[in-house]
Amino acid sequence: MSIKRHMRKAATLAVAALFSGSVFAEGELFFYNWVDYTPPELIKKFEEETGVKVTVDTYDSNETLLAKLKSGATGYDVVVPSQNFVTIMISEGMLEKIDVKGMSNYGNVDDRWKNPAWDPTQDYSAPWQMGSTSFSINMDGYDGPGNSLKEFFEPSDALKGKVQVFKTPDEVIPLALMYLGLPQCNESPEDMKKVQELLLKQKESVKTYNSETMVANLTNGEVLMSSHWDGYSMKNRLDSKMDSLKYVHPKEGIIGWFDSLVVPKGAPNKENAEKFINFMMDAKNGAELSNFNRYASPLKAAAVGDHLDPTLGTAPEINIDPNIPVHFSETCSAKATKLYDRVWTKLLQ
Amino acid sequence: MGLGPAILTIFAFMVIPIFILGVFSFMPADPYGGVDKGFSYEAWVQLFFERDLDDSLIFDPVYLQIIFRSIVLAVLATITTLAVGFPVAWYIVQQPAKKRELLLFLVTIPFWTNLLIRAYAWILILGKNGMIEKPLYGLGIIDESLELMYGNLAIGLGLVYSYIPLMILPIYASLEKLDFGLIEAAHDLYAKRYSVIRKIVIPLCLPGIIAGCILVFVLSLGDFISPSILGGGKKMMLSNLIQFQFSSARNWPFGGALTMLLLIMVGIGSFFYIRVLGKREEIK
Repeated sequence: MSIKRHMRKAATLAVAALFSGSVFAEGELFFYNWVDYTPPELIKKFEEETGVKVTVDTYDSNETLLAKLKSGATGYDVVVPSQNFVTIMISEGMLEKIDVKGMSNYGNVDDRWKNPAWDPTQDYSAPWQMGSTSFSINMDGYDGPGNSLKEFFEPSDALKGKVQVFKTPDEVIPLALMYLGLPQCNESPEDMKKVQELLLKQKESVKTYNSETMVANLTNGEVLMSSHWDGYSMKNRLDSKMDSLKYVHPKEGIIGWFDSLVVPKGAPNKENAEKFINFMMDAKNGAELSNFNRYASPLKAAAVGDHLDPTLGTAPEINIDPNIPVHFSETCSAKATKLYDRVWTKLLQ
Repeated sequence: MGLGPAILTIFAFMVIPIFILGVFSFMPADPYGGVDKGFSYEAWVQLFFERDLDDSLIFDPVYLQIIFRSIVLAVLATITTLAVGFPVAWYIVQQPAKKRELLLFLVTIPFWTNLLIRAYAWILILGKNGMIEKPLYGLGIIDESLELMYGNLAIGLGLVYSYIPLMILPIYASLEKLDFGLIEAAHDLYAKRYSVIRKIVIPLCLPGIIAGCILVFVLSLGDFISPSILGGGKKMMLSNLIQFQFSSARNWPFGGALTMLLLIMVGIGSFFYIRVLGKREEIK
């Protein structure tokens, strides 16, 4: 049968394509980053400057990244965990030491982010972007003030079935604890019971739990309110020309995060990884990164100044009122993680 | 000799990974993913019981409910694909040889694209202002969204669409071998259409039907793209639960136990298939 013969041919070609990738392994860099978080122009610029071929792969949560690395997925040279996951990866011996401090562009890093709490001697990580986690509302036709976590966790009837929530407990439960005024990394079953009740109540209004599709869903009106990150929400507002999209800085507080570049143990192209990390600490490149992602730059304001898109300086999303408490998620104990897991399973039961 | 490579492949890529998962399910969980050394049946206890604060065990159906829902959904998907797939296979088999090859080829086309991408394509079709809603708005037939996405309908459509070729192909294969003379003979003997199908067609192509049903059932049971992308991820299915254990929950032993359970269920299904076929051979 002729189809069979074609299939065999196609299979041979597919196998050949799989192996051809490794022929040029010398000048390569495998970059594993969050979805929609890598400016293509910068990658192109890096490729032109160094001759290194970059392959970008994406993930949707810190947990996915950790699980992938834990499962022994080697082959990634640079990955981008948030602060609490940098701590985990260091303590688990999952990272290569890199000489960040010795790099020529290290001087551009803002002093506040040198030797950060999650990597006190900065032997493993270099800054990428920082921002906050909260939620956004399409204010068009919405009559709430857009300033409280109450609007997110106890949505009004107008938002029924129009809410999108991130799909990992790690990004949702800290905000819920903040709203309820309970301690973070909570090990108390009574407290977590309250969180569970709150989330179950919220679920009546939830359309989808997803950490990737909020831009599309907010833009086409599938949802009116969604979990969001500050810069991504700003990008959403500008790219989709949605002036009515408001990123909420809740008065109860906001979750802060800081993403870093790290090199996983056994990375095949460590030298290229270091080249890339230094490249990203260059003032102009760092500014372009923020111009693309719309997140605040961890580089010195004086260094990035001229290259930074001026709209970033005044954007409502990334300029937080100093009276609003910012909480940086830390690494929770196994006991707390187990409770979070229970709450989440019960939520999606 | 000839089977050597096949056995080696199955051993290396199936038996060993399953064995590792099985072993993992009897080890304590490392809080950051992976497992610690030692022996523990905690993961298997967790399937049925919740540990209270004082360490006493309380029966807890939360995971069983998720498993039960997955089975119901997989059964529904199987019935629907059979209802749609059988007539399609029947139609194809009655076409002239040239056209038949073309039609079969068309049935396999969806397999050329990644399942994930096909799921996203459904978002474009079912979503707000998507390909279904837009013309209806334009014609004034609807004035508010049909809310097709993010619900059981979308999950069902996704599953049926994804796996229907796996129902059509085996049924086609068995229909192709069917001696149409038998059907003519039945008609000559005044059998009604219904009894022809029930007494001749279905029994003769039963192996194809069962094979199709098992393929669709097993894959639907393990599918996590449809529930999480098209269904909105509001209700976990067995596969989402397994994925969750390996990612957020960082409880690999429990993920392993759930996977073993899934395998056991699939194994029971296949066992019955072989039993049914074996019985038929005996009768012959």
